[in-house]
Amino acid sequence: MIRDPKDLQRYNASERSNHWVVGISFILLTLSGLAFFHPAFFPLTQLFGGPVWTRIIHPYLGMLMAVSFLAMFFRFRHLNKMTPADREWLSKAKNMVDGNDHDMPEQGKYNGGQKAMFWGAALCMLLMTVSGLLIWRAWFGFDITLVRLGAVVHAAVGAAMIALIMVHVYAAIWVKGTIRAMWYGTVTRAWAKQHHRGWYRQVSGK
Amino acid sequence: MALQSLDIKQRSATTTPSPQARQTVEIAKLIDVSACIGCKACTAACIEWNDIRGDVGNCVGVYDNPVDLSADAWTVMRFTETEQNNKLEWLIRKDGCMHCADPGCLKACPAPGAIIQYSNGIVDFHQENCIGCGYCVTGCPFNVPRMSQKDNKAYKCTLCSDRVAVNQAPACAKACPTGAIQFGAKEDMKDYAEKRIADLKERGYDKAGLYDPQGVGGTHVMYVLHHADQPKLYAGLPDDPSISPLVSLWKGAAKPLATLALAGVALGSLFHYVTKGPNEVSKEIEDEIEREDERQLREEAK
Ligand code: HEM
Ligand code: SF4
Repeated sequence: MIRDPKDLQRYNASERSNHWVVGISFILLTLSGLAFFHPAFFPLTQLFGGPVWTRIIHPYLGMLMAVSFLAMFFRFRHLNKMTPADREWLSKAKNMVDGNDHDMPEQGKYNGGQKAMFWGAALCMLLMTVSGLLIWRAWFGFDITLVRLGAVVHAAVGAAMIALIMVHVYAAIWVKGTIRAMWYGTVTRAWAKQHHRGWYRQVSGK
Repeated sequence: MALQSLDIKQRSATTTPSPQARQTVEIAKLIDVSACIGCKACTAACIEWNDIRGDVGNCVGVYDNPVDLSADAWTVMRFTETEQNNKLEWLIRKDGCMHCADPGCLKACPAPGAIIQYSNGIVDFHQENCIGCGYCVTGCPFNVPRMSQKDNKAYKCTLCSDRVAVNQAPACAKACPTGAIQFGAKEDMKDYAEKRIADLKERGYDKAGLYDPQGVGGTHVMYVLHHADQPKLYAGLPDDPSISPLVSLWKGAAKPLATLALAGVALGSLFHYVTKGPNEVSKEIEDEIEREDERQLREEAK
């Protein structure tokens, strides 16, 4: 049942599914990766059928995520070009975080923060995939210095990326009416007018 | 290995103290390269005692056979021909785990209890806890651990921890016909090495010396080298080995700090929500849209 036929379509089913595949594999990668990151997290291996299975599975999940993120990247890349208005938004981001969004510049489908998140995630994904392949001993045996560098990069960027995605998820929880965009693909017109007025005018013709 | 569980110095991926009830004497194996004749009795003894048999290899044109360490070859002889003081020299080095005091393998290992360092200095892999990630290979400054193709576990020389636990010398030391492999308390081995080095110096090897590299805190397998100023001569024995700075960075203090930072981001988000409240769609805008809808309905009704 559609509650309100005037709700705005923000994502189609294929875009949503794509995002969920990336999201689920990311969560599983975080849980399995952290297990090797520090002994405090080692018990997480029990979620994956024990430590050996965790070690085996993690890189394959990584491959799944890398491929599905790549698809998402090409889908959304053109919507994430940084504009001067985005830079202005970013310079005022502190007001936004303080809960005061009155004089933020008007935003299109994505605001400056979301775009920064998009490019940050893309960079992290690239680094995680390359460094992950470097340390994947089941299949590869790269030069020892490269493997050591890969281990450092994988651990450091992994931690940074987990923090980045926590912020991404929290932002969706904090801004009410957002999560449904990932469930059913729609948002209310009021939501769009408040948070993405440029996009609202574009899709509603107002 | 029941009794050895009383004297564990370090255990991989473990942040609390290990059982320290008993302190044992630090032991060492001393390999006198100048006395080795390359007969490989030690290699055979290692294979027999540990009951490991690699595939029969091929002759690659030199004496090196097996050509490299493997999951089934925990010690190999490395042969080098070199010219020193206008004389041909044939250097034969028995390669294998050095049993570092500061082991890079153990530092890198993410699996609790897969690598154990006993208070006598032996670094032992416990394969039942090994997860097969290969981090020990990444951590080792001597390129020693090898992953088995059969079971994906890491293997290396145990310094015959099972024999040492019952007061026996390692199988290789027992088998060596020339006395080139000595075994005992580390202090005694250093004293013995002094004598060998004095003898070598008398015979014209001024640079003879002991290889007990301090970059890894010293080792529990030491070499007497006739050219201690050039360890590299001996099939690439590292001059001044230490745990790679990249490995220290990877396994250093940054990790617990990053863990705290992640907890900080999670808690920060929670408290942001609790202190600032959710970012709701304002009533004002909802009303605006409702008024627009009503206006539209009225226009349509006309
Ligand atoms: C993109 C493809 C990826 C590949 C190929 C990959 C591969 C690997 C490999 C081979 C390991 C060593 C353990 C094992 O063999 O299972 C590892 C460890 C790890 N992975 Fe990944 N991974 C990927 C993505 C990710 C992502 C997205 C995260 C989470 C942000 C992550 C977090 C970690 C962490 C924290 C470790 C432990 C690092 C350490 O020991 O310091 N990985 N990864
Ligand atoms: S030589 Fe390598 S495998 Fe042996 S104790 Fe040192 S770091 Fe570990």
